[in-house]
Amino acid sequence: MIKQISLFLENKKGRLAHVCRAMGEEGINIRALSIADSTDFGVLRLIVDDPQKAEAQLKKRGFLVTITDVIGIKVADRPGGLAAALDLLETADVSVEYMYAFLGKCGDRAMVILRLNDAAKGLEVLKRYGIEIMEESEAYNF
Amino acid sequence: MIWNEHAECMPREDLEALQLRRLQELVVRVYHNVPFYRKKLQAVGYEPGDITSLKDIEELPFTTKQDLRDNYPFDMFAVPMSEVVRVHASSGTTGKPTVVGYTRRDLDIWAEVTARCLYMANTDRKGVIQIAYGYGLFTGGLGLHYGAEKVGASVIPMSGGNTEKQLMLMEDFGSTTLACTPSYALHLVESLEKSGKDRSKFKLKYGIFGAEPWSERMRKQIEDRWGIKAYDIYGLSEIMGPGVACDCDVRNGLHINEDHFYPEIIHPETGAALPRGEKGELVFTTFTKEAFPLIRYRTRDITTLHDEPCACGRTTVRMEKITGRSDDMIIVRGVNVFPTQVESVLLEFGETAPHYQLIVEREGTLDKLTIEVELSPALFSDTVTELSHLERRIFHRVDSVLGISADIKLVEPFSIPRFEGKSKRVIDKRVL
Repeated sequence: MIKQISLFLENKKGRLAHVCRAMGEEGINIRALSIADSTDFGVLRLIVDDPQKAEAQLKKRGFLVTITDVIGIKVADRPGGLAAALDLLETADVSVEYMYAFLGKCGDRAMVILRLNDAAKGLEVLKRYGIEIMEESEAYNF
Repeated sequence: MIWNEHAECMPREDLEALQLRRLQELVVRVYHNVPFYRKKLQAVGYEPGDITSLKDIEELPFTTKQDLRDNYPFDMFAVPMSEVVRVHASSGTTGKPTVVGYTRRDLDIWAEVTARCLYMANTDRKGVIQIAYGYGLFTGGLGLHYGAEKVGASVIPMSGGNTEKQLMLMEDFGSTTLACTPSYALHLVESLEKSGKDRSKFKLKYGIFGAEPWSERMRKQIEDRWGIKAYDIYGLSEIMGPGVACDCDVRNGLHINEDHFYPEIIHPETGAALPRGEKGELVFTTFTKEAFPLIRYRTRDITTLHDEPCACGRTTVRMEKITGRSDDMIIVRGVNVFPTQVESVLLEFGETAPHYQLIVEREGTLDKLTIEVELSPALFSDTVTELSHLERRIFHRVDSVLGISADIKLVEPFSIPRFEGKSKRVIDKRVL
């Protein structure tokens, strides 16, 4: 399971810049990111090069951080590539809570991060039908 | 006009003699009937018969809201439940409300003191009084109601809310007196102005407003926009309800019905009794209540007492408009709110209560309460859905426990200031 950093941010001017600047100062390199927002706040999700270090350093700076286990999959980089994997999950009754992709690719594969409501079941189904699962290091060193 | 000249214009020496008799009788009564008070009185070495002057009251212990909480719900009642014909409740400092009780005779006294206030507000049998205080556990609605029936006014028991209907019936029924919170009175006139209705068709002449603090500036606003005379009525459930005091046409303070409710001013920190003319915390002793008598109850309201003769002819002592409190209670849309109530709700969500802050604003005429809650790792969920769900759950619990709907705002850690010593948990942006 890939360790994703989740940060809580108030929807206030400068909060996002503040976080990114902090990470820059701590030498944390972002591999993938996504923001889920509502009127008053947002959850910033990041795949970084060293999640444990990032968590510790961001906590020290007063940010509200948590580590969430997510699954990374590698799918064919062509139309329909992602749908195949999602269809499998749907048939197995596994829900996707959220997902986002890495920009850029690895060979001819596109990399997608998924958070599932039942990670164990999801992983089992994906593996059974031959969907490539990302190694942790592949995510951190992308 | 004066409802009860004998009581309200009594020569001071006669009044004080009456008060001394009543104090002596009260202390004996609670000593024998309320275990809580017997213990407290014995602890200060009091025995029945020890009170020989009014000043001796300063030797007696205080009663606080915490005492009422500790004896929730009925342990401080001085009569058996079979004698209690009414129960009311108001906000407590935790999840439980503050409970008060009344015998039949208590209700008569309540109606009597409220009747005096209504007469101060020029409301008599010719009056048509629209009571827009809440009816229910809150003492406002029913308190004014019985006093109004006693003076013979025509009572319209509207309770709170439903502004359009309030205005429609006010016009159709020809209400001459309005009884509600001052902020609701402003809200009503604002709605009236927005509706384009013709104010000259309304027969409203007087208002009797209370249950929340309001400034002279606000009084003038209400009077100008409504074209009425607005009177300030004071009370608290623990002492009786509305009717403890009210101001007269001289507008030089609120006359306290001190034949029933004995006022003192104390230093909020030391508890020392302060003389007339000095500002401090208002304390009441209820001489005549049967079901729920209180000795030296600390109201936490800050004011000054004056006993120079009043041009209206009443000899009862006057209190200035309340200027603040010695605790952190606030009043939002007429409802008492204690920050500790919020804390007790937040404790339901984890082992420790997160840092929080109450922000009170007045948008237009109505109060708005926002509760900022600092998210902690324990409460943080990774999805917006779950966080919104958390906000909604807190909202519902706050509504249920406080009786008021508040905007819940999740904020980042360390965004709420920390304080050394007593935390300042309330930011009140209202200019009353």
